[in-house]
Parts: sequence; structure tokens; C-alpha cells
Amino acid sequence: MLTLIGHLGRYLEFIGSLFRNREKFNVYIARIVDECILIGIDSIFIVVIVSSFIGAVTAVQTAYNLVSPLIPTYVIGLIVRDMTVLELAPTITCVVLSGKVGSNIAGGLGTMRITEQIDALEVMGINAASYLVLPKIVASIIVFPMLVILAGFLSIFGGYLSGTLTGVITPNEYIYGIRADFNQYNVTFALIKSVVFAFLISTISSFQGFYTRGGALEVGKSSTNAVTNSCIAVLLFDFILAQLLL
Amino acid sequence: MIEIKNIKKTFNGKEVLAGISGRFEDSNTSLIIGGSGTGKSVLLKCIVGLIKPDSGGVYYDGRDFINGDRTIRTQIRREIGMLFQGSALFDSKTVEENVMFPLDMLTDMPKNEKLDRVNFCLKRVGLENVNKRMPSEISGGMMKRVGIARAIVMNPKYLFVDEPNSGLDPLTAVTIDELIAEITDEYKITTIVVTHDMNSVMGIGEYVMFLYKGRKLWEGDSQNIVETNVPELKEFLFANKFIKHMKENEANG
Repeated sequence: MLTLIGHLGRYLEFIGSLFRNREKFNVYIARIVDECILIGIDSIFIVVIVSSFIGAVTAVQTAYNLVSPLIPTYVIGLIVRDMTVLELAPTITCVVLSGKVGSNIAGGLGTMRITEQIDALEVMGINAASYLVLPKIVASIIVFPMLVILAGFLSIFGGYLSGTLTGVITPNEYIYGIRADFNQYNVTFALIKSVVFAFLISTISSFQGFYTRGGALEVGKSSTNAVTNSCIAVLLFDFILAQLLL
Repeated sequence: MIEIKNIKKTFNGKEVLAGISGRFEDSNTSLIIGGSGTGKSVLLKCIVGLIKPDSGGVYYDGRDFINGDRTIRTQIRREIGMLFQGSALFDSKTVEENVMFPLDMLTDMPKNEKLDRVNFCLKRVGLENVNKRMPSEISGGMMKRVGIARAIVMNPKYLFVDEPNSGLDPLTAVTIDELIAEITDEYKITTIVVTHDMNSVMGIGEYVMFLYKGRKLWEGDSQNIVETNVPELKEFLFANKFIKHMKENEANG
């Protein structure tokens, strides 16, 4: 327990250090653009694959479970929409991104640490944490919601394709279903979740990578810890946010 | 001039530095030598501020680096250049971007002036036409040269070098040593080199400090080092068969 509190304290102290002795503003702009490409563009492929199939599977499995003739078929579209917007798009996408982005951040920073690149920055009088990590956090907060919106769209579209191609629902019923009883707040909730998850994944992974000690083996351990801890944090905050905001 | 006073450092209850003091004069290449695990690199990291010592002081031309205010520490940091053991070049940047990095971060120089300065430094360390190459595309010796170019690009007053010869063939190692000594002399820099390479000691060491188990056992110039009566230093020196042979030949006339 004491170790956990110690880690939490060091994590908070690390986040505080990002905002002290910051570098010139224009330095961050270029770095944020680079990180947006690295975190965002490079993650599109995995997000497209995962979200399309999740939507497709959700539509087929919902149809399989709708055994009562009293329930209208358009409900398949409604369930795919609500599951996608509330949970699948923000949470599953961010769990996937914690693997893709989290390991990338922790591995990159860990390698920089063991090859003394971070020491080189500090000797120059540059706040290495702020210079390296702050752009990753800002970029994550910018691109994660975009990826979640993309995932949501593709998941619903995947449900449409699988539902109509397998014949479990007609296109009109599906379109009717995804428009029925729509609550706009659910989208706001999904975007709030994506911002919180972006912050958690980028900071936890950076923390793990930045304090790597040792060699290549420890870089691997840092990456694993980054993914594990990020996933736990995402799921924990998924529950907390649902309790607080729904 | 850099002065260190009674530097002590302990890791997990193990004493790594047991009160080291010394003076490193201007325009001199000073060497900190000793076997593996004797605290050389820890001492260097304490001097440059990468590790905070438990007690003691580091003074750059009389300015307190450890306990001085942040403005002084920042000012001193801008006067420091350092070459790391593995060169510590930024993997994602080209040679040119690596050398230009301190100028980008710490100055408001126009781009063309920065480029001129980078080209001058690269030429000074004997590198030309490698500006656009990535660190992974150049040899270990070239990486050391780029590291030196990056270290001197801000016109430092103090240069720190950690194990400059590690991973290099003997000929390249001598070239790097000579380059460090030349730059020290040319720009009147206070240079501290951490090494266990006896070729460096005999070749460029103007002042040598010998560490053993976290303690300073000997200091002086490299000309007198082979005359030492300190058993641990003798053991360290004459582990190198060439020096042992040279000493025996001298004794036999």
C-alpha cells in the first residue's frame, strides 16, 4: 500500500514538473504537431480495423439475442448506436490506444533515458520532462477525441454493413434505429471520457518511460507496465465517470 | 576553474563518494581515472548537476552550483558542454539538427547564422558532408565527433567528457583524445574527462585524479603518475601491460 501511495506521489510530482521552467512556446508547437502525427495518424489503421469489426460483431450478436417477435428489429441499430457511443468507441478504442500509444511513449522515453539522451537535455539546462512529455499529453488530448469520433462512426457503419449484408436487418430499419431516441449528451459524455483517457494514458506511459533505469530489459518492462497501468486506469475512470456523469 | 569540495554520495546505504575534493584549472584537460565502480561517473554527474550530492559543494569560477539560486545554475548550465559515453545523440534528428539543437533551444540566432555555426563546429571536429545523415547511419567514432561538435556549439567554458574512448578502436580513440585536448587548448575551456583508458592518461592528462572505492587516493600530473607509491594506483596502472613493460625497460636502463 505504501509503495502504491509512493508511486502515486511520484506520478503527481512528475506531472507538476511538466509545468515548471517550461521552454519557449514556439518549441512546443512544432513538437505537438509531430506528436499529433505520431500518436494520431499512425493509430488510424488499428482504430479503423478494431472499431469496424466491433460494430459488425455487436450488430450480429444483438440480432442473435433478439428472440422475441415483440421486439422490433430496428432496436438492433439503436443498441449498436448506444453501445458504440457510450462504451465501445471511447473505452475500447482507448484500451487499444493504451497498447499502441502507451507502449510507444514508454518505449521511446525509456530508450532515451538509457541512452543518456534525457541526461543530455538536462545538462543543457532544458526541462527534459516538459520538453518531451508535455507535447505528448497535449497531442493525445487533441487526437484521442478525433480517433474516438472516427471509431464511433466506423463502428456504427460496421454494424450497418454486417446487419444488412447478413440479412438480420434492413437498411431502413437500421437507419431508423440509430436515429431513434437519440440523446446528444451521450456524445458529450464519450468525448469527455476520451479526453480523460488521453490524459491518463499519455501521463502514465510517460511516467513509466521517463523513470526507466537499467538497460533494454527494463525498457521492455516499462512498456509493459505502461500498458497494464494505463488499461487499469482507463477502466477505473470509465466506472468513476459513468457514476459521476450519467 | 572548477572546484569541488567534500562531495559525498550514498545510494541505498552504500557509500559511492566519500568526500571528494579537488580543483580543475582553466585551459587544462583534467582526468578522473579509476576502475569500474569506483564512482568516477557519479562524481562527474554530481559536478554537472545530473545527481545531487548528499553534501559538499561544486563551484564554477567561485559560483555555487549546488546551493546557488536557480538563475546562477541556469547560467552555469548554458556554459557547459558534455560528451556522453554513448554520444547521446537524438535518434530522431539528423547530424545537423543534433548539433543545432542547443542553438535552437537556447538562443534567438537567425537560421543562417545557426547553420554557419553548425558547419563550423562539424568542420572543426573533422566532419563534412554528413549534415543530413541520421545518427544510425554513421560510425561510433563519427558519433563521438558529432557529440563533441554539439558540446562546443554554444562556446562552452566547461567541457565534460564521459569515457570518450569506449567502443572505439585504438587509432580512433587517440584521434578523439587529441581532438578533446586541442579544443580545450584552442578555446581555453576547463575540461574534465572520466576514463579508465591509460592511453588517454599518458596522452592528454594534464591533471589526474585517481579514485578508488569512492575515495581520492592520488592526484597530480600524468608525468609523475608512474612514479606513484600508492599500491592501488600501481595495480591500476600496471594492469596495462604496455605501461608495465615501459616501466620495466626504464628501470633496466
